[in-house]
Amino acid sequence: MSSNKKYWKSVEELNDNSSIVETLRNNEFVEPIPTDEFLGDKDSLSNSSTSRRDFLKYVGFSTAAASLVACEGPVIKSIPYVVQPEQIIPGIADYYATTMFDGFDFANILVKTREGRPIKIENNTIEGANFSANARVHASVLSMYDNMRLKQPKVSQKEATWSDVDAKVKASLADAKATGAQVVLLTGTLASPSTNKLVAEFMANNPTAKHVIYDAVSSSEALDAFQAAYGERALAEYDFSKANTIVSVGADFLGDWQGGGYDKGYAQGRVPKQGKMSKHVQLEANMTLSGAAADRRIPMSTAEQKLALVKIFSIVTGTPVNVGKLANEAEIVNIAGQLNQSGTKGVLVSGIDDKNAQLLVLAINAKLNSEAFNPNQTRQIRKGSNQAVAELVADLNAGKVHTLIMSGVNPVYTLADGKAFADGLKKAKLSVAIALKEDETASLTSIAAPAPHYLESWGDVEIIKGIYGVTQPTIRPLFNSRQLQDNLLVWNGSDKTYYDYLKDTWTNGILSGKSWSQAVHDGIFVSATASPNSAAGVDFSAAASALAQAKPSEFELNLYTKTGMGDGQQANNPWLQEFPDPITRVSWDNYLTVSKADADKMGIKNEIVANGGLNGSYVTISVGNAKIEKVPVIVQPGQAKGTVGLAFGYGKKASLKEAMQVGVNAYALYKGFNSTQSVTITPETGEHEFACVQAQKTLMGRGDIIKETTLTIFNTEKDAKKWNPPPMVSIDHKPIEATKVDLWDSFDRSVGHHFNLSIDLNSCTGCGACVIACHAENNVPVVGKSEVRRSRDMHWLRIDRYYSSEETFAGDVKRKEEFDGLFGEKGSLGGFGQMENPAENPQVAFQPVMCQHCNHAPCETVCPVAATSHSRQGQNHMAYNRCVGTRYCANNCPYKVRRFNWFLYNKNNEFDFHMNDDLGRMVLNPDVNVRSRGVMEKCSMCIQMTQATILKAKKEGRPVNKDEFQTACSSACSTGSMVFGDVNDKESEVAKLVEDDRMYHLLEHVGTKPNVFYHVKVRNT
Amino acid sequence: MKKVGNHNSISRILKFSLALMLTFSIQLFAQDAVTPAPDAAATATPAPSATGDAAAGKALFNAQCAACHKLDAKMTGPALRGVGDKYEKEWLYKWIRNSADLIKSGDERANKVFNEFNKSPMTAFPQLSNADIDNIIAYTMEPVPAPAAVAAVPGGDQGSVQSGGISNEVILGALALVLAMLVVMLFLVNNVLTRIAKANGLEVAKSEKSLPIWKAFAKNQFLVLVTVIFFLLSSAYFVYGWFMQVGVDQGYEPIQPIHYSHRIHAGENGIDCKYCHSAARESKHSNIPSLNVCMNCHKNISEVAESTATPEYSKAFYDGEIQKLYDAVGWDKANQKYTGKTQPVKWVRIHNLPDLVYFNHAQHVTVGGIECQTCHGPVEEMEIMKQHSPLTMGWCINCHRETEVKLKDNEYYKKIHEELSKKYGVEKLTAAQMGGLECGKCHY
Repeated sequence: MSSNKKYWKSVEELNDNSSIVETLRNNEFVEPIPTDEFLGDKDSLSNSSTSRRDFLKYVGFSTAAASLVACEGPVIKSIPYVVQPEQIIPGIADYYATTMFDGFDFANILVKTREGRPIKIENNTIEGANFSANARVHASVLSMYDNMRLKQPKVSQKEATWSDVDAKVKASLADAKATGAQVVLLTGTLASPSTNKLVAEFMANNPTAKHVIYDAVSSSEALDAFQAAYGERALAEYDFSKANTIVSVGADFLGDWQGGGYDKGYAQGRVPKQGKMSKHVQLEANMTLSGAAADRRIPMSTAEQKLALVKIFSIVTGTPVNVGKLANEAEIVNIAGQLNQSGTKGVLVSGIDDKNAQLLVLAINAKLNSEAFNPNQTRQIRKGSNQAVAELVADLNAGKVHTLIMSGVNPVYTLADGKAFADGLKKAKLSVAIALKEDETASLTSIAAPAPHYLESWGDVEIIKGIYGVTQPTIRPLFNSRQLQDNLLVWNGSDKTYYDYLKDTWTNGILSGKSWSQAVHDGIFVSATASPNSAAGVDFSAAASALAQAKPSEFELNLYTKTGMGDGQQANNPWLQEFPDPITRVSWDNYLTVSKADADKMGIKNEIVANGGLNGSYVTISVGNAKIEKVPVIVQPGQAKGTVGLAFGYGKKASLKEAMQVGVNAYALYKGFNSTQSVTITPETGEHEFACVQAQKTLMGRGDIIKETTLTIFNTEKDAKKWNPPPMVSIDHKPIEATKVDLWDSFDRSVGHHFNLSIDLNSCTGCGACVIACHAENNVPVVGKSEVRRSRDMHWLRIDRYYSSEETFAGDVKRKEEFDGLFGEKGSLGGFGQMENPAENPQVAFQPVMCQHCNHAPCETVCPVAATSHSRQGQNHMAYNRCVGTRYCANNCPYKVRRFNWFLYNKNNEFDFHMNDDLGRMVLNPDVNVRSRGVMEKCSMCIQMTQATILKAKKEGRPVNKDEFQTACSSACSTGSMVFGDVNDKESEVAKLVEDDRMYHLLEHVGTKPNVFYHVKVRNT
Repeated sequence: MKKVGNHNSISRILKFSLALMLTFSIQLFAQDAVTPAPDAAATATPAPSATGDAAAGKALFNAQCAACHKLDAKMTGPALRGVGDKYEKEWLYKWIRNSADLIKSGDERANKVFNEFNKSPMTAFPQLSNADIDNIIAYTMEPVPAPAAVAAVPGGDQGSVQSGGISNEVILGALALVLAMLVVMLFLVNNVLTRIAKANGLEVAKSEKSLPIWKAFAKNQFLVLVTVIFFLLSSAYFVYGWFMQVGVDQGYEPIQPIHYSHRIHAGENGIDCKYCHSAARESKHSNIPSLNVCMNCHKNISEVAESTATPEYSKAFYDGEIQKLYDAVGWDKANQKYTGKTQPVKWVRIHNLPDLVYFNHAQHVTVGGIECQTCHGPVEEMEIMKQHSPLTMGWCINCHRETEVKLKDNEYYKKIHEELSKKYGVEKLTAAQMGGLECGKCHY
């Protein structure tokens, strides 16, 4: 059918008389191209000094010259130390124990240094050091080498010296003292005994001074509640390994709830031992790591959670409270019953930002007399007070603050009303920001003072009451920086250094006679006793009644912190930006998570477009008068209806490389420091391009990829083949186990080492520490958002996340098996299409996948140049310099774990990440090659580490110790999900795990015989 | 610092051949330059000493005093030449036997010396008898020996060696002359015979003009084909050979900022390689020693002995190089103090493995027990360090195939060895059999 539509290119065409239109219709160009000027004149052409032959001569000569020159090697210089420090042997790594605390994250860590530069973070496993590094802590070493850090003190945005700064501050403090004007010291939570002492001295010197503690992501309500109930402003500590029943009401305790670090204890109870494992129920709005790990997850809005909490409270404590009708009443009652039944083995936690809710949590745990609940050894890492911060903003704007000294905070960015703070800042006589970067706040203050990174400074941290961590520098400060404590000492008029001050404080107090050197060596010191807290009388039933009044809003926004970004301090860290969120698998962005039902209602879409990338609609969200425009939307399975989620930490602009300026600033909606807000949502036009690394959402009933079973079956069914069925193939029309069929001759691997990696799906929480550790250990490049969108991400280790299409994965398998024919009710044609959609409240499973190091590797047989080959020790080798980049191997890999270097990612301005500047390259591991363009790469099973372990044993003339072998991922895994070792060493843990009934290999029917194996996930449903 | 030439420079090869040519031509005149060396021993005859035996004193001096004293230069202690004139013997006896007592007694001169040398106490030598001390003093009283004309001595040697070479050339020249004369004579005889024949009226039979050889060759297509193939193959062989040496820097011998002679240190003085390159035992790197390691000895050794000098490098040259070390490390020789002004040395790296190879010294040195010289060649003979081995993969692999693993006294190998030797049915295992040929062992 022909169309009568007329298309026109410009308005000019509508005018029939236009000469231009006529000309253009016949000619491509309006004016003739002046070719004659340079081609028509034969004389000048023939007289031209450069003939075609000359040109060819030049080309030939320069090519020949260039290639000849290239044949000569460059002269390489080597510059040894003039005086070599005794403990440094070039080529040997040194480890320093230290404690990390940046106001948000904390960990007891070992810092690996090579030739004096820190290159990797590892977990400190000495006794007492309980807090393992999460993904952000692992990445923090790269944040030190951030080229956009503040390098020099600045006074009024102009570079200055420290003496200028000191003179100004001292004068201002003296002036304030004389006039009696207010001085405010605004810091994040310090949790440092020596700094607290120092601050007290500062306050004594400046009687008009006030110390305000501000946590960007506040725990103030929980602190208030604990203070009311136990008299100490701290957070209760929980040990989930001691709990059989764990009920979480909106607390993402495997994420950043109360600072995180609970996964280790939690995982201990999640691996079935003697037929027992803990049961975990999660009531939550956003889909979180904890929700993904839960046995039963009930999506509900925060308002509903409050009511549920009151209900549980009334049942557990037996206090009658009038609660309205609940949506899941029967189930909530059941949960409360289970808690009661578990008694001391039950525990309930909540992340609701409400003092009353937090009081009820304390009451319930106290009533249960929960073993997991510890109100005596409290957490000290959150101290911020919402009220004090609000007061400060008011004082600033009223012009009451004379001198404002800030350290480690960025309120202009992190406060909901950052603009009010910025305005108030101008009214202060002197404002000082002691900051790592010239961030939103530091760029507005009269003095911007560079602070050293924690790897460059001394310090102490009391994470848990009575357990002290030492922070020691692992490198000399890279820039002209001075830490808060040294500043305070100078401004107090002391001539001590902070190191001396710290040592004095410890030797005269904390250590009580023990060795300071030993404490620095261990990085931790456990003090003898901590005085127990006694419960104060609080009217819990009043709190319950108040909480029962909670009213649901039309749309409820739940603000959260992403596993990769946290509170946003490390926004300029390319590792963290490229780290795919464990739940959404989206990197380089934050976004609004919306439930499928709500998305359909509003006409919001997520779709995979032709190039394989994920696109999403935009919306505008507003909370009161605060509004964020063009927020991209991800449709999140499991998101409670009527709720949306948005992550903090994005949308930063100051001191950030352009590529990292992604996302929107969710702090703008963080009103009254409440993570739950009533919100209105308006859809916008346009589509956002996400960099999502996993387009496939559901497992499609492929139960052989993630095998799972229930605890009941696991306990009652003695024949493991029933719940861990080996794949069957047909030989001579007879079914036979796939593992018993082999096309290949197998090598004898019983001699020497044979490495295996075990991954327990039960204890893997998807935290992603292994992903970043792998990045750091293996010099994995960062490729940027647009490349990730093209599925060219380089992560050697990915954590696949699968949703179930039915309520459970088992339901998926059942449905798939019941497909009958192509069409109809049980037709596979439409059925498979439907199975691609995850359920409203799906089950979630995580599966870390890296090179499986197959003994019969399909990649090896197709390589035309034998660049990839197998070793006797079980590792699949990849010789980069031999690779010619045919990518046959990647095509033939059933696990899709090979990564191709499409570009040169180092020293390339197109990829302006850490490998493009001298400072960022200092983090590279000198034992691992930096790959060039056009070669394939993949997980090497950290062969540099296994070889180093072997060499160490050889040098010492001993066999390798039991469980001495490690890979970057297995040593980063705090839950013990990943275990690496030598299966030929029968004593090793991995040798026992490989014999376990729960053991299976990925895609076993392919017959690749991998050296990585998984353990069947058992759910306690 | 001097500019360092590139490896395998073509121009360098040219220069070298030019130099070779010139040396031969110059050496023809070298004979005349020979002058008999004056008898060094004669001039150095010790001055008669009244009370001591200088020769015995020298032995004692070298054994007891030389660690801290020199005759003519300050070291940890003062220069000792002529010390007998400065102090009377009784005082010296006391001082040497126990200087601390003398200082404590408040002796003015003792305290002066003590303070001048940074209050570093002198070791007491109660074991030395008066006679011994007399002998030492006698040795210190010897006059400064006149500098011997060292340069001439090797000149003489060279002359004698060269004369042999010349005579050979003369013989060859004479032979060539004889041959030429024979050719000329043959030609003359032929002429004469023809002329005689002509005179006798004899007609010389004209030889039939045959095809010139090159034309005959061109006509034979088979021969042409074979030759072309031969030339193509041989040029391909040489091109391949040339390409294969690209990036192989065997014999690379760059000029270093400080002329450090392994010949003197490892050869003459027999210092163990791993004394300086200590990291080779522990680490993947065999470190270039830091300058503080040099100063362990060179704090006391500020000049080389006369005998260390070679015709090519004079004593003054070596002393100048030691001075370069002092400048770099910031050592004030006169005051025996560090100035704190350091200037790290930018050595030119000789052994450059590409980044794609992982090589570990400790594995080879400590575990394998391989001598440094196996790969680095006779370093103790090298005046200037150079790359001895090609450092190509073929070279590595070859060694791994041939070298037996040192299993003795290493518990690590015990079990693996038992199982592997049973498997392969051999008593000793090579590195290759242990998995030393696998790609990933060196490339990751």
